[in-house]
Amino acid sequence: MSEDNETIDEVQTLPLDAWHRGKGARMVPFAGYEMPIQYEGIVAEHNWTREQAGLFDVSHMGQLMVTGEKAAEELEKLLPGAIASLKPGRTRYSLLMAEDGGILDDLMVTNATPWIEADEEAGTEGHWGDPAYYLVVNGAMKWDDIAHLREHLDDDVTLTHMDEHALLALQGPNAATALNRVMRNVIDDMVFMDSVTHDFGEWPLRITRSGYTGEDGFEISVPAEFAESLADRLCAEIEVRPIGLGARDSLRLEAGLPLYGHDITEETDPVSADLLFALTKKRREEGGWMGHEAVAKVLADGPKQKRVGLDIEGRMPAREGALVYSGGKQVGRVTSGGFSPTLQRPIAMAYIDTDLTEEGTELEVEVRKKRLPAKVAPMPFVPNRYYRGK
Amino acid sequence: MARYFTDEHEWIDLEGDTATVGITDYAQGQLGDIVFVELPDVGTVVEKGKDAAVVESVKAASDVYAPLSGEVVEVNDSLEDDPALVNSSPEEDGWFFKMTVADTSEMEGLMDDKAYKSFCDGL
Repeated sequence: MSEDNETIDEVQTLPLDAWHRGKGARMVPFAGYEMPIQYEGIVAEHNWTREQAGLFDVSHMGQLMVTGEKAAEELEKLLPGAIASLKPGRTRYSLLMAEDGGILDDLMVTNATPWIEADEEAGTEGHWGDPAYYLVVNGAMKWDDIAHLREHLDDDVTLTHMDEHALLALQGPNAATALNRVMRNVIDDMVFMDSVTHDFGEWPLRITRSGYTGEDGFEISVPAEFAESLADRLCAEIEVRPIGLGARDSLRLEAGLPLYGHDITEETDPVSADLLFALTKKRREEGGWMGHEAVAKVLADGPKQKRVGLDIEGRMPAREGALVYSGGKQVGRVTSGGFSPTLQRPIAMAYIDTDLTEEGTELEVEVRKKRLPAKVAPMPFVPNRYYRGK
Repeated sequence: MARYFTDEHEWIDLEGDTATVGITDYAQGQLGDIVFVELPDVGTVVEKGKDAAVVESVKAASDVYAPLSGEVVEVNDSLEDDPALVNSSPEEDGWFFKMTVADTSEMEGLMDDKAYKSFCDGL
């Protein structure tokens, strides 16, 4: 067998593969899977998500369950966020840290500890079951993450890779309206970063009010065998259309959300990456997590560079790798950038020397030997619209 | 006037010794929504197969190669304000530039309408 064939064999298909093709998706290899990059077009899909609701298949992402009496304290050795104080049914953004302070991956962690109803026959009262934490990690990093977790988590906790589950994200201002019509009274009490389990007929779902677009929305974990039926149910709603990876990227860029492998890597630390919100104050001070010493040093000394937003003048996009200058001096590098369909102008994220990261600082970005005027801009570029309750 | 095509999905209208160059409908479909077109300056001498222009879609930047060697004599200024013309009218209003043809023997190997269509069907 030739090498080419082997490469092709390595690209796997996801549960909704045929469904995407039936919807006219253009499929590309991404994170080891055939994924839909677009259906009708990136800009149309982007705008639809900002105005209505988009359905994204993100089944390439790793869904993990960490269970056991010591699950929270074990996770706190690897994640810099407060896990023990995370209440059942709540979700938090966190990071998987390397010893040297680099970021191995970013992830969402949900306290998925089940509530066990009272059982009169058995004479038990309602109580919380075994502690369980549901993690969603990046598709391209999941195998490394699993190896890292297996190596460092105590043997008393169990790590389960939920590889029989698909993950759908319903995102946009009308996501709640559409989902409410499909499943009544399930999401009524949910605010941003709430997570519930729900049996929709015979489909056991986990629904989390979160996403990667800056819009209100939900991520729905579903057993792979029911994924296609669920996608059909959701897309039957007038507000919902399938959206590809292309628009997912332009939406998250406008929302100022970093993309692992680009805006954050093993070479970047949470301070430089401006992700300090993922490090609870107490844990930042007390430590006890992998990488704390290195991160504490960056905190004390101040980071050399920081991740900031850039507004770029004109229409020419500056993309990943473009160098940033102040006068004649190179002061940074673009880590992701593109044309914002919402703002109709180019935007970018870049790492810039810290003394030049104040909002409004005038810089230049080099694209094909041209210097484009740019300004340090606040992020998100497009205001987020997470639902935080009435 | 005769229209020719390259395997890089450019079209060329030859009129006398001046060629008008653009990208094909197939190419714009592959690129998706075009948000910026960087055209060469008038007077630039371009070489067949070398970079002549850049099209930026939401997703990525793509080079457009000179289909022939010659000098750029005019560029389509309307693309500056309305780059989406390349999507809506790739083979007419969305033309890129006009150039002199230095060596007509370079026309050999270009495809006609029919050959290009079957080339695309085979992709």
